[in-house]
Amino acid sequence: MATLKELSKREELLAGGHRLCAGCGASIVVRQILLAAGKNVVVSCSTGCLEVATSIYPYTSWRVPFFHSAFENSAATICGVEAMYQLQKRKGKLPVDEEIKFIGLGGDGGTYDIGLQSLSGGLERGHDFLFVCYDNGAYMNTGIQRSSATPLGAATTTSPAGKVIPGKTQYRKDLTDIVEAHHIPYLAQASPHNWKDLNKKVEKALSIRGPKFLNVIAPCHRGWRSGINEAISLSKLAVDTCFWPLYEIENGKLTINYKPKNKKPLTEWMKLQGRFKHLFKPENEHILQQLQQGIDCKWNNLLKREEVEKPC
Amino acid sequence: MGKQVAMTGNIAVANAMRQINPDVCAAYPITPSTEVMQQFASFVADGKVDTELVTVESEHSAMSAGIGAAAAGGRVMTATSANGLALMWEMLYIASGNRLPIAMMVINRALSAPINIHGDHSDEMGARDAGWIQMYSENGQEAYDNIIQAILIGESEGVLLPAMVGMDGFIISHSIENLELLEDKQVRDFLGEFKPKHPLLNINKPITMGPLDLQDYYSEHKRQQAQAMQKAKAAILKVAKDYKAVSGREYGFFEPYKLEDADIGILTLGSSAGTTRFVVDLMREKGIKVGMIKLRVFRPFPIEELQQALSHLKALAVMDRSDSFGAAGGPVFSEVRSALYDLPARPKTVNYIYGLGGRDLGISPIERVVKDLQEIHQTEKIKELVTHLTVRE
Ligand SMILES: Cc1ncc(C[n+]2csc(CCOP(=O)(O)OP(=O)(O)O)c2C)c(N)n1
Ligand code: SF4
Ligand SMILES: [Mg+2]
Repeated sequence: MATLKELSKREELLAGGHRLCAGCGASIVVRQILLAAGKNVVVSCSTGCLEVATSIYPYTSWRVPFFHSAFENSAATICGVEAMYQLQKRKGKLPVDEEIKFIGLGGDGGTYDIGLQSLSGGLERGHDFLFVCYDNGAYMNTGIQRSSATPLGAATTTSPAGKVIPGKTQYRKDLTDIVEAHHIPYLAQASPHNWKDLNKKVEKALSIRGPKFLNVIAPCHRGWRSGINEAISLSKLAVDTCFWPLYEIENGKLTINYKPKNKKPLTEWMKLQGRFKHLFKPENEHILQQLQQGIDCKWNNLLKREEVEKPC
Repeated sequence: MGKQVAMTGNIAVANAMRQINPDVCAAYPITPSTEVMQQFASFVADGKVDTELVTVESEHSAMSAGIGAAAAGGRVMTATSANGLALMWEMLYIASGNRLPIAMMVINRALSAPINIHGDHSDEMGARDAGWIQMYSENGQEAYDNIIQAILIGESEGVLLPAMVGMDGFIISHSIENLELLEDKQVRDFLGEFKPKHPLLNINKPITMGPLDLQDYYSEHKRQQAQAMQKAKAAILKVAKDYKAVSGREYGFFEPYKLEDADIGILTLGSSAGTTRFVVDLMREKGIKVGMIKLRVFRPFPIEELQQALSHLKALAVMDRSDSFGAAGGPVFSEVRSALYDLPARPKTVNYIYGLGGRDLGISPIERVVKDLQEIHQTEKIKELVTHLTVRE
């Protein structure tokens, strides 16, 4: 794995000057992924903040081949590109020593929701690609609407904290679990605050043939109603509270990559975000408890599962 | 030269695809097009083509993967019908807007609801503004010839547009006819290699495709697309000429039949041309000066050529195998009538909506159309502008 010093010397493949908000988590995630992946990649991206802010004609931030097609089809798109690559490789139309990797990107809306079918199809067919979901927990580009990745209780513009309904009334979907059911060779959750772990996961994923998946938390201060400079501290807290456990599943075997020494209460993470503000009113305390229970349950299950799967 | 075979329209098209040997094909089943990709899958399984077959989970993904593959750089094909084409709607525009010459066979079928698996043109006509070249076929032979030509038309310099070729579901797709297939080598030589100028797979020259394109450039890009569609006219004729040299079969924007000295005419497209031709012959025997024009190319719409071909008629019936609810008639009618508007003298033009959901168009309804036209010719009066033919009252 590359050291920080080595990484710092690599060419930035997502050029600065793009129009993502200052302090946007998504750009940090993408920069790290591209640093780990190197130049020989083709990237597709679903419609969303990342795409609209990085490729405004006649400019582009992408120093690698980049294709935005539509919102729900980043996976199908990159699978098509990969299919053409396989054909051209097979027919000797591309240089033998040139190996290209394929990365599909999507926001949570473009992955958990509208793009789920396209992703599932691509995973099931076994294309050789890595799909990365940058999960900021809502449809940010259209103005912070709830998605199936939005946490229970969070206020969004379509699940506002109203007088009667206190934000989103449903639990978030566990996409990583859904992806696991496709029995692909590698999948993981990662976070930009732990660049080492993220970098390693990208490198590992790209070294494996077949479909791979990374779910990466990508704080959005506009949607989370948090500080502009808090993307990294909030992603760290998400991991330290076990809201966003860092783990990987390689050929069906689970490894938890980081276990917080002192698992922090979820409220430590939530209280820094305006989208959860209303939950701290006394009448909504049960929602906080519900959230904490959900997190504890998932975390304990992960620990138990890892124990069971330990080689004996 | 080619060889005579007896096969269904679908199998003829699958054989065209085998001979074309596209780089990437996406397949998703829907009646009546299923058989095309099924047959093609067996060509793949038997090693008769090199194609990378992507068996997607929906037509939306079929077109999305096709678009990805075409952007990567190479020949891409697929086939679909009705609801499948409708599900692709968003992606049709993205294929043409990105100037990706994908070729698609549309086995024409009625759109739901109510669900109906039989042949009409509501699917393809619904996609008439999607920026695709559109051709329609009378029979399996034409479908075979059209889809081969569609590849080169779309890939032509200055065109770079996707193309769809229609063939009437069941009526043609599932009927066996005698037709001529070219030799495999003839097709491969005719098509040559396609080398796109800016493939995504060129990692040494990274490009961005599908960017956000706002008020400052979008209009120019859309005009370029419109111009490309106009350039497709010359490409269609050039490819037809070259194809004739190989196949001996002649194609243009349309095919007139006994039209030159006709007073009245019927314009149609697709499989109904066969029956219409038969009725024209019957009427001619009775001394009625009726002719037919079979439209092959609907996009780009051959305005000037149609003006020339139709200006001498006194009355014209335009046959539509789909409706455009609330419009001034079916889609073919609206365009033909608009094309005739600027002529100093033009035929009185009426519209017949027929054959929806695969309903048969027999001889007698067409005889009725001829009778109506004769009356319009004599009285110079139109009683009914748009008539639903082959329908119970
Ligand atoms: C078919 C379709 N439906 C809706 C939209 C509108 N739309 C564009 S981006 C977007 C939200 C994207 O959300 P997400 O994938 O989470 O990415 P983010 O903007 O949060 O980074 C929506 C709803 C669209 N472009 N296409
Ligand atoms: S709204 Fe959020 S996700 Fe979108 S660019 Fe701004 S910080 Fe990033
Ligand atoms: Mg989002």
